[in-house]
This record gives sequence, C-alpha cells and structure tokens, in this order.
Amino acid sequence: MKHIRNFSIIAHIDHGKSTLADRLIQAAGLVDAREFRDQILDTLDLERERGITIKSNTVTLPYTAPDGRRYALNLIDTPGHVDFSYEVSRALASCEGVLLLVDASQGVEAQTLANLYAAMEHDLVVVPVINKIDLPSADVDRVKEEIENELALDADHAVLCSAKEGIGIDDVFQAVVERIPPPRGDSEAPLAALVFDAQYDSFRGAVVACRVFDGRIRTGDRIRMLSNGAVYKVEEVGVFRLKREPRPVLEAGEVGYIIAGIKTVSDVRIGDTITLDDRPTARPLPGFRAVKPVVFSSIYPVSSDDYASLQDALEKYKLNDAALVYQKDSSAALGQGFRCGFLGLLHLEIVQERLEREYDQSIIMTIPSVQYRFTLESGETVTVENPQYYPDPASIKATEEPYIRASILCPERFMGAVMKLCTERRGENPRFSVPGPGRVEIVFDMPLAEVIYDFYDRLKTVTQGYGSFDYEMIGYRPSDLVKLDILVNGEKVDALSLIVHRDRARPWAVQVCDRLKEEIPRHQFKIAIQGAVGGKIIARSTISPFRKDVTAKCYGGDITRKRKLLEKQKKGKKRMKMVGSVSIPQSAFVAVLKTDKE
Amino acid sequence: MGRLPKEPGLYVHVPFCRGKCAYCGFYSVSDWRAMSAWGEALLREADLYRDRFHRFDTLYVGGGTPSVLPLEDLRKILSGLRERFSFAEDAEVTLEVNPEDVTRDSAFFWREEGISRVSVGVQALDDACLKTLGRRHTSRRALEALETLRRAGFANLSVDLMWGLPDQSLSGWLETLGAILAYSPEHCSCYELTLEEGTPLTAMVKAGRLQLPDEETACEFFERTSDFLKSRGYIHYEISNFARSEALVSRHNMKYWRHGPYLGLGPAAHSFDGRRRWANVSSVREYGQNLSDGRAPLDFLEELTPGQLRLETLLLGFRMHEGVPVAAVGQEETPNAALSRAVAEGLLELRDGTVVPTRKGWLVADSLPLLFSP
Repeated sequence: MKHIRNFSIIAHIDHGKSTLADRLIQAAGLVDAREFRDQILDTLDLERERGITIKSNTVTLPYTAPDGRRYALNLIDTPGHVDFSYEVSRALASCEGVLLLVDASQGVEAQTLANLYAAMEHDLVVVPVINKIDLPSADVDRVKEEIENELALDADHAVLCSAKEGIGIDDVFQAVVERIPPPRGDSEAPLAALVFDAQYDSFRGAVVACRVFDGRIRTGDRIRMLSNGAVYKVEEVGVFRLKREPRPVLEAGEVGYIIAGIKTVSDVRIGDTITLDDRPTARPLPGFRAVKPVVFSSIYPVSSDDYASLQDALEKYKLNDAALVYQKDSSAALGQGFRCGFLGLLHLEIVQERLEREYDQSIIMTIPSVQYRFTLESGETVTVENPQYYPDPASIKATEEPYIRASILCPERFMGAVMKLCTERRGENPRFSVPGPGRVEIVFDMPLAEVIYDFYDRLKTVTQGYGSFDYEMIGYRPSDLVKLDILVNGEKVDALSLIVHRDRARPWAVQVCDRLKEEIPRHQFKIAIQGAVGGKIIARSTISPFRKDVTAKCYGGDITRKRKLLEKQKKGKKRMKMVGSVSIPQSAFVAVLKTDKE
Repeated sequence: MGRLPKEPGLYVHVPFCRGKCAYCGFYSVSDWRAMSAWGEALLREADLYRDRFHRFDTLYVGGGTPSVLPLEDLRKILSGLRERFSFAEDAEVTLEVNPEDVTRDSAFFWREEGISRVSVGVQALDDACLKTLGRRHTSRRALEALETLRRAGFANLSVDLMWGLPDQSLSGWLETLGAILAYSPEHCSCYELTLEEGTPLTAMVKAGRLQLPDEETACEFFERTSDFLKSRGYIHYEISNFARSEALVSRHNMKYWRHGPYLGLGPAAHSFDGRRRWANVSSVREYGQNLSDGRAPLDFLEELTPGQLRLETLLLGFRMHEGVPVAAVGQEETPNAALSRAVAEGLLELRDGTVVPTRKGWLVADSLPLLFSP
C-alpha cells in the first residue's frame, strides 16, 4: 500500500488538465509517441470538441522513482461540470490528494477556487501545479502570489511544468509520490469498496470502477451492493491501463474495476459500497445518495416512422448512462416520443448530441421543464414535470417550484451584470463574499426553472466567460404558476406548452410567437400564432400568406420538372409537423429553444 | 401495345432559330447547316412510333422557330408525317411563327400546306421591351404579320405576349393588349416573364441591372390581364391562356393539361403515353446519330407510379378553369378537411363534382397540389 497513490487533477477549464493527464500517461510508457493521440482520457468526440470531460476515465500509471522504488499511481479523472458534481465528489472521495492545476498566465480562476473547496471538503492534500510555463505570457511569480493570497496554499513548493512541451513532468510524478500520502486501509477487514464510476461494455455488461478502502476482492467472490442488497458473482477484477488489465486480486488502497455480470450501468449506483456477501462490512462508506433527475424534456423523432429506431437508440444509450431516465410520452403535434429526465442542462445537451451523432437519430426536443408541485383543493399533492399533466386550474390550491442556491464566482467588475441577470431570473436573498482580491462570490436563491434554459450561456456572456456557476437544490418554495399554451391557427401545439411563473409567461410567449413567425414558412393562407394562458391570449404574431406561386408555362417538357419539384416539396413537407393544416418545420421547435442573444 | 386512352397529339420540335432570345431556355441552335439532316432524322424517328401511334387529332409544330424552315423543308416534313400517321379530318395543325418570317408568300404557302392555326410570337409591342428580350422584330413588323396572316385566310390566330418585363408599366401592358385586340385574335397566350437559369436576362436581373415587378405588382398584372381580356369576351381557360370561345382553345395544349397522350418528335421533345414519359436528347447531332444507328434518341424514360400520375393530374388540372374531378383530391387522408380549408381560403371552388381553382388559387397554382398530399 505504501507504493500506491490515488489522485485527481483539478483545474479551471482550459488550464490544461487533459493535456497533463495525457502527458503523464505517455511518460509512464502506457502509449508510445506514435499512438499518442491528444487528450486520451477524453474519449467521447463531444468531450474533445468542447474540451470538457463528461464521462470520467481512470488509469493506473506505473512509475519508478529515482531511488528505484516502483509505484502504482492511480489517476482518477473527474467530470468538469456542475451537472455531474455528485460524480466528482465520489471520484474525489476515492483519492488522497489532488494536483491543482493553474495556468501560468491566466492565474487563479473561479473554478480553481471551487475545485479547491471541493478537494478540501474531502480533506485531500492539495499540490499546486503551475502549467504552461513555456508561454511568453507566463508570469509564474504573479501566479504564485495569487496561489498564496487567494487560495492560501504554500506556493513555494508549487510544481512548474508545461504539459504541452513535456517540461517538468518528472517533477509532477515526484510531487505525487512524495507529497500525496499513500492510502490507508486494512486488507484483512471486511470488503468496503466505493463505486465512483461505471461504464458499459457490450460483451461484459457494466464495468464498475471502484476504490477499495478495506478488504480484498477476487474473481469468484460473491459481492453485495449495500444500497439495494443485489448480489453478483465476480467474473474479473483488474486495473485500468487505458485498456483493462485483469489482476487476481484488488486490495485495500487500490483502484480498479470489477466485472460481475451486471447487465447495465443502471444497475450500478455511483457512491454505493460494495462488500462481500458472506462477510459484509458493518459500515457503508459515507456520502451515498441516489441521483435524481431535475430537468425534464421530451424527445420525439422528426419523422414518426423513426419512433422504433429512437426507442432502440435510447435503450442502447441508457446502457452507459445511468443518470438518464425516460418513459413513453406522446404529443398530438409530434406523435410518439419519450419523456426524459436529466441531471441538468448539460446532461440534456449531451444526450441530445450523442443520440444525433452516435446513434444517427433526427430528434426534436421540447422545452425543458422542472418538477413542479401542486397542492389540490382535495388536499392531495401532485408533482408535474410535463405540461400535459398540468392539473385542472380550478382544482389547484397552491403551487410550488424547486429552488436552488446558485453560487457564482466572477471578477468583481462583473458583479453588477451578474446581479442584474440573477434578479431578472427571480433571484432572491443575495449574499456576497470576497474569497480573494478582485473576485466575488455571489449567492442567490433562485428558481431552478430560471437556470435550466439559458442561464449558463447568459452568465458566460455577461461575464465575458469569467463567471463560473454552481448550484445545489434547496427545496420547494411557493410560486405563482400558470400553463402557457401556444396556438397555431387556433390549434394548440402541445409540444410547445410550458408551465411557467405568471410574470414570465408573457415575455416567453412573445418570444415564441416571434420565433415561430420566423421559422414557419409562408402558406397559402394567413397563419395566426398565439400565446394563451387559460383562455386569454397574451401574445400573438401573424404570418401573411404568400400571394403568388405559379409558373407561366407548363407544356410537354415542363411537366416532369414540375412534378419532380412537387415531389421534393412533398418530402420536405413530410419532415414537417402538421398542426391543423399548418406545416411546422423541425427548425421551429429547435428555434424556440435558442438563446436570445439580446 | 394497347390502344391509347384518348386521341393523342403530335408535337414536332424545330430546334432552329435566327438567334437566341435573351429570356429563352428552350433548346435551339442558330447553325442551320444541320437542317436537312434533322428533317431526315425526324421522319426516321416517326417511323419508330408508327405502330404505337396511328392517329392524331392535333399537330403542333413548335420550337425553336419553325417559321425559319425553308418552305420546301416544311412541306417534306408535313407530307412525310402524313404518310406515316393518319390525322383526323378536322385536326388542329398549329405552326409557331415569328413576325419577321411572315410574308405574303410564306403565309399562303402555310395555308396551302394545311396549317389551320398560327401562333405568332409577338411578345411585346414596345420596341424597348422587344430589345431587352432580344427579339428580332419591331412592333410594326409584328402588327403587319398579323394582318398578312389574316389576308392569307387564317381564321385561327394566336398571339404570344409577355408581361412582367423589366421596366414595363401596367398601363403600357394594357395598351399593348388593346392594340393586339384590334386584330381580334382567336387566342391569346399572356405569359409572365419567367427567369430561366442560364439565360442572359436572368444574369442581368441577378446582377441588378434589370428589375422585375414585385409580388404585389405581378399579382396586379395577372388580375388586370384577366379582367381586361374577359371584358373583351375572352375565356380565361388556363393560367396564361385565353380564347374567344371554348371551340377556340388550343386543343393541342389541352392534351398536356388534361393529362392526355402526346408524341413529341425532334431533339429535346417530350412524350407521354398515359403511363410513361420520355424525352429526346437535347442535341441535334446526337439526335441524328442515334437515329441513323436505328436507336430511339432517348434522354430518359420513366414509368409513372399511380401516385405520380395522381400528382400530375392535380398539378395540371389546377392550371385549367375546368379544374379536376373531386375524386382526384379524394383519396388521401382527411382530404375533405384540406378541400374545405382551400375553399374557405378562396383558393378553390367546388362546382358539380369538380374542384376548380379561383383566380386567387391560380396565383398559387404551383402549391395547390401540396394541399392534397400527406
């Protein structure tokens, strides 16, 4: 155990976390330069494109110290977004220390701080690493000062490196070995292993990533999941070396994987404790909680013929994403689809993009919603996350919506803009603190509904990219909710309905009416688009008909050409959604969700 | 080969012109050396269809500019066709002519050769407009041509005119119409200028050097044209076509719109036998080569599905004032809803089991078939 180190790298976005991880992997000899692809740990295309880690990966790095001692360094990668903060917390709980990466020219940033707090919550040893020292704009002394002043860490021993250029990599290894403590634990005690990740393998089922705290686990053992008592027979244990490498045993202090005939990742709960069925541990590892979706949206196939294909894609996708929940849903406008629950908006976007790219689905997603709570006159309480199930208004006694505590870190100069944004979004009870010179932390109580749509984008805009955002749920609060319907030529487009705070209904309705006006092509007849609450019209727009669409000549040779054009138009129309006699293109459903840049 | 459902029409494409008009997208060449070879090839092509098309009740010699054909060549072709096919006693035989080719001699000759109907490409009576269009005649020449044809004894004259031209005013256009009506043509085709890809006029408009009327103005042109001609006793029987009586409509063109069969001979000509459509190659040389090798000079041939035929019935039928039988819009899901809607919107009317387009509907005729397709 003395020769094991379990650590994570934490950093503000773009400070070079993935590059450093890759460089460590390469230096450890797991890949040769020829195979070396940039950012090996970020395996999803989407992660590469956005430069964020969505699904974490873990790797065991072999390292031989200058004194000849051989170490196994377990680098546990963490997802980099607030939607996955629970997964991050479980990954950090599996470590003894972290490398806190700071960009030599950017210095300490909001996320640096947030990450540091998270590490401190887990009592981890924090080793500051200053990266990108090769850049002309690097200012190591200033950054060291920031580390001392703003993070209250000892910067004298900060490791200097350039992951990109491969400078100082050995110093990083040595710091891990010398400054991060080895794990403690008792291999003879009953097994207690913390699940911090699970991935799906189409041949083996769920591959569970875990940190063994006590005891040992071998092939053939019968293991028990403490959260639900499920028992499985272990088929294989091993460590991650980019590929899985089987081992006869995993012992206290080690990080590795378990394959045990678990069918899908949905059967695995992050944060769960694994123990032996015949010799269970008395104490589950702390911090387990079931992950619950907070954002809901329906997914429909663009063409209703593709419903079965979408169902199939969702089933396959779900194998590797336990956090996604879904059930059947149907809409008069969009046909058969699925109501899905997500951890947050990024999670929603990931699911959407992966379904489109990796599973080749053309989909329409409806406006995201949170879960509202209604107390009825009968005394009954119902939760509703789908506007279709909005209760009869006459039966509603009280309405409540979920609130979050939103904390935003940003440079002081953006404070006014952030305040304005949060107030617009019905933020209440503002609190401020100054974690370091020039920086503020702004905390608001805010309705979750206000952040799921475009809050994060707006925050990035008003803070010129400097603002970071984190939130936690703080429960339900009374609210004044209404159901907003969108009507096209008098017919309700159920997929565009929304449960919304009364004050927000009109601006939203106006925006939707305007967007639809832009997106729905002119028809032969006038189209009225209306936003309505109850029977009352609160917004409207009109699409004037086109007056002329006629070719002067149509003789022998023109007929084929004309027919082919019509056939093409018919196909285009098939991809549209019919509401009454109005054809609404898919783009219209997408457009109503687009962020308003103004 | 079974009998054709209706009596077919015969079209002959004469691909020769004196020059290309600035707006024209039809296939034509101005090198006339290939003319006699073309004439021989044409009759050879006719041979290929002798078994399938026996009898026609219309013949339409179009182009191109058929009036550039030397009279002898035209005689050879017409007699060659009569040898190979039979024509109804009262067959409508139309020749398209350009004003500059109309002389006393040619007019008498055409009469002699059995041409019963002449369609004159006047296009405009404003010399500036004629120049923009790249026409080779003046307005005076055009009016003289009409007179000459009348004197030669033609009792069925059609005049082709264009509106929506660059810099054309509505009042100028109505004056043109009025001047033409002084000659009491039996038939008028009034075409809105259509920009064809690849023509000089289209390039000029795209470059912003010429401007066409906007949507509202174009609608006004269309409506005023219809009003004007109707007030002078014409029947507006197809979007761009007017006739002094039902008997004087273009019987040949009605075959296209009523989905009837027709055989097209000559380069780039199209044919339809009720089920299949085919077209010839658009090259005089290739056309001749194919035929001297004993092959049909086909560019494409397609067999239409019932769905495609139905779509064509609608796209063609909604161009005519007689419309389509209500059954033609009745097979699709919720057809009556679509029909009621279109009727409520004033685009179509239901009359004695027939769905007919209104004038408002005509203005959007290209989109009407889409109302009835799921």
